[in-house]
Amino acid sequence: MTAGAQPDSPDASAPSVAEAPSPRTALWRRRLAMPFLLLGGAVVLAGCNAPSFGAFRGATVQGHDTFKLWSGMMIAGLVVAAIVWGLIFWAVFRYRRRDETIPRQFHSNVLLEIIYTGLPVIIVGTIFYFTVLTENNVDALAKRPAEIVHVTAYRWGWRFNYYSGSNQTQNVLIATKGQPQALALPATSSVYPQLVLPDHSTVEIYLTSVDVVHEFWVPAFDFGRYAQPGHPNTWDFTTTTTGTFRGQCAEYCGLYHAEMLFTVKVEPKATFQRWLAHQQSAQAHSGALS
Amino acid sequence: MKIEARILFVMFVFGAVIATIYWFTSYEDGGTVMLAAVSLLGLLPGSYYFWWSRRMQPRPEDLPDANPEDSPAIIGAFPSSSIWPFILGVGAAFVAIALVFGVWTAVFGGTLIVAAVIGVIIESRRGGAY
Amino acid sequence: MTVLAERPSGFAHPEAEHGPTGLLKWLTSTDHKVIGKSYTITSIAFFLAAGIMAMLIRIQLAGPDSTVVSQHTYNELFTMHGSLMLYLFAGPFAFGGIANYIIPLQVGAPDMAFPRLNALSYWLYLSGGLTMIGGFLTVGGAADFGWVAYAPLSDAVNSPGAGPDMWIVALVLTGFSAIFTGVNLVATIFYLRAPGLTMFRLPIFTWNMLVTAILILVAFPVLTAALVMLWCDRHLGAHIYTVSGGGVPVLWQNLFWFFGHPEVYILALPYFGMVTEVLAVFSRKPVFGYRGMIFATITIGALSTAVWAHHMFTTGTVLLPFFSLMSYLIAVPTGIKFFNWIGTMWRGSLQFTSSMLFAVGFLIVFLFGGVTGVLLASPPVDFYVHDTYFVIAHFHEVLFGSAVFGGFAGLYYWYPKMTGRMLREGLGKASFWLMFIGFWVTYLPQYLLGLRGMPRRIAVYSASTGWAGLNLISTVGAFILFAAAAFTVLNLWVSWRVPEVAPANPWDGHTLEWAAASPPVHHNFTWLPPVRSERPVWDFNHPEHTTQMHPPSEGEVTRAERVLASGHPDAGKETQR
Repeated sequence: MTAGAQPDSPDASAPSVAEAPSPRTALWRRRLAMPFLLLGGAVVLAGCNAPSFGAFRGATVQGHDTFKLWSGMMIAGLVVAAIVWGLIFWAVFRYRRRDETIPRQFHSNVLLEIIYTGLPVIIVGTIFYFTVLTENNVDALAKRPAEIVHVTAYRWGWRFNYYSGSNQTQNVLIATKGQPQALALPATSSVYPQLVLPDHSTVEIYLTSVDVVHEFWVPAFDFGRYAQPGHPNTWDFTTTTTGTFRGQCAEYCGLYHAEMLFTVKVEPKATFQRWLAHQQSAQAHSGALS
Repeated sequence: MKIEARILFVMFVFGAVIATIYWFTSYEDGGTVMLAAVSLLGLLPGSYYFWWSRRMQPRPEDLPDANPEDSPAIIGAFPSSSIWPFILGVGAAFVAIALVFGVWTAVFGGTLIVAAVIGVIIESRRGGAY
Repeated sequence: MTVLAERPSGFAHPEAEHGPTGLLKWLTSTDHKVIGKSYTITSIAFFLAAGIMAMLIRIQLAGPDSTVVSQHTYNELFTMHGSLMLYLFAGPFAFGGIANYIIPLQVGAPDMAFPRLNALSYWLYLSGGLTMIGGFLTVGGAADFGWVAYAPLSDAVNSPGAGPDMWIVALVLTGFSAIFTGVNLVATIFYLRAPGLTMFRLPIFTWNMLVTAILILVAFPVLTAALVMLWCDRHLGAHIYTVSGGGVPVLWQNLFWFFGHPEVYILALPYFGMVTEVLAVFSRKPVFGYRGMIFATITIGALSTAVWAHHMFTTGTVLLPFFSLMSYLIAVPTGIKFFNWIGTMWRGSLQFTSSMLFAVGFLIVFLFGGVTGVLLASPPVDFYVHDTYFVIAHFHEVLFGSAVFGGFAGLYYWYPKMTGRMLREGLGKASFWLMFIGFWVTYLPQYLLGLRGMPRRIAVYSASTGWAGLNLISTVGAFILFAAAAFTVLNLWVSWRVPEVAPANPWDGHTLEWAAASPPVHHNFTWLPPVRSERPVWDFNHPEHTTQMHPPSEGEVTRAERVLASGHPDAGKETQR
């Protein structure tokens, strides 16, 4: 487990009343947080009930962290945008030309200019602080992941090899090739190469590409990473939700880029282990080990 | 001239500072080289302007209270028409196309470029511009 | 052929232009006004071509499992759409078209510093553009690796054929054209200013073009070098960007974005400048926070050289906090600009001509693109939405916002100066409102599509994704945008067929270009007002409403009165000398 990767730990810092140790402390915290509300401190407040603005909430611990950052930044951004839009519309409606008199020719106000230089610096600094926190959580690598999967991207498909436990290699190969008619299938169809994962487990992905740059992207996990020839990428995530999720190559990789789909199926641990054992034996029989 | 030099020195200093920070935070060579190049792009012409700004009187455009009549009557030679840029451009295009379709267009393009260079030199001399 | 240009005060008789006419004039002219117009027309033609490609793209994506065009054709279309818009329209329209025409006028110069180099620049641009489009005529079709041409997709194995090669040499040609224009602009601004026009009296547009020109000199050589190496990989087996020979594919991304990020500011800063001019003139006020504006421009220019890798967060090879912080910091000078723009309008007297509408529209739309840009500068958020329609929507909002809203503001503003004709206000306003509505209808659904999992550059998607509805809305919006652009093109056509003569100073302008005739005579000026602030023409026309440091002398006031009484700027001339 990575530091801060426990499902509840990022929320612990949030000044929500329910989780606070005592009402007085909560009140104090909330008061302290007030000035930051407009300045991007909304990042802190964004918990499970944060508005999504159309985004996925993140079906992994890390993805949910990203989601909270997204939601907080979006709130801060919209507040700033609303203020600036308000000023623009006010100026546009209030100062329309009504007669031919020439307005007063003022052209600067040093104090005002210092304020509106300083304010963005504070906002940006706050956002940067929360970004670094989230980024460290998302990028942190667990020492002992439950499962290690080598993902290989190629034009135009995916290969998933499982390395679980103590370096014991299990090659489970599932792949398709670019076939236009396959697109007519539901996006979560099992015809696409499927990455099966255990629930509530930390899975390390070792991602590489054999030809051009691809991107392993699972929208529901709020995460994507390039698959590059010559520079493998490693990261991990901790699943929190069972289900089947769409995945797709996001970095343009040539002719059938649009069809480079895959799915991620997160199953309860026991089901996953049965599936893995079954795959192993099936492949041992067919001699598909490579 | 001094402000022009200063603008380029800002670029020099910024590039140098960022290149240093970037090198010691990432040890990535490609980006550091490019940032250092940005810095030099500020330093070289900046030094030239600075050197001149110390050796010449402020020009009328550097003086806040100069009037239009303060400038020298003739400020430079400006050709109003010339066919040679067109010839040179077409020649360059043919040379570039040679990188795709093979050398034969480069011969044609190269001829045009040589003709244009000779032409523009003769034209400048005859015009007595410089 | 060559004439010695003199200061306007020496022009007893504005000389008539000698030399060829007609087609030969177009081929041989080294006059910045002719070249500027050629550039403007050519870049608008590329804009329309790229716009038609965008319409085909949107038609293809309007429904699921679409087969309007094949996947291969689709890939060519989005590659050429991006390449044309970014390399051949947005940049050249600003620095080759408008700036080429306006900068010498704004600094009071007879021409660009190097007229023949300027002409060469145009011919390289035109031949480069035609070469790029010519890719469609080759057997394998045009380049289809995206406008960013990521290695190793762009190598000889994955993208064989002449089309990609033509794309590469086209960019080398247009790259040199941009570099030459950049050199020319810097030299013009540094060496050919009118007496009294110190650096801190230059119009904001000129300042922005100066910073843009310097950025061109920073960025384009890197692109050209990267392209030459790519060509060597393709034809000489150099293995610079391929793993097999010990090369580093991600090097391409580093080089490309070291060009690419300054490039997006090369595409934005000129339009910031245009909008600043327009807002000030139609608010009848000086630019608020003039020095702050210049400081912000320089800061944006400087920072833009240190943010390239925020396009590469998902590569896992870059220093996330450094590039994230640098990218965030760009929000600060941009914020300064926004508040200065609002301050310029504040307590002004706002006249909503088409130009002003486009400028205010720019503020509104660019703001949202800017906010989503801050989101993208956050690495975790970028991991989620990188290479999706969220990014598409973001950069179309900022680039369309600046190059089209800002560019049209500039075009409507300077068109009378460039042609001596007025554009029709009715058509201009129709164009604006359609564009403003179409803009949101097109791009807001794209943000949602990106968040709901639609990657960029996909030719087809299945109905089960649930993206069809939003895509259809976006396509409808694209048609509205196309109609909006068509209204402006119609406006240009109407003004060409049925001219409406423009006076020298139709908008009560502030800066020196409005002291010239419309269109300016050969070598531009027959007279110049004394320059005592950043608004010489305003000071001259409104001596009692100046912000200049020294009050105008009695002679200057008399001269102004005489000019205003006669309605002709030449009336002020006798007292000069």
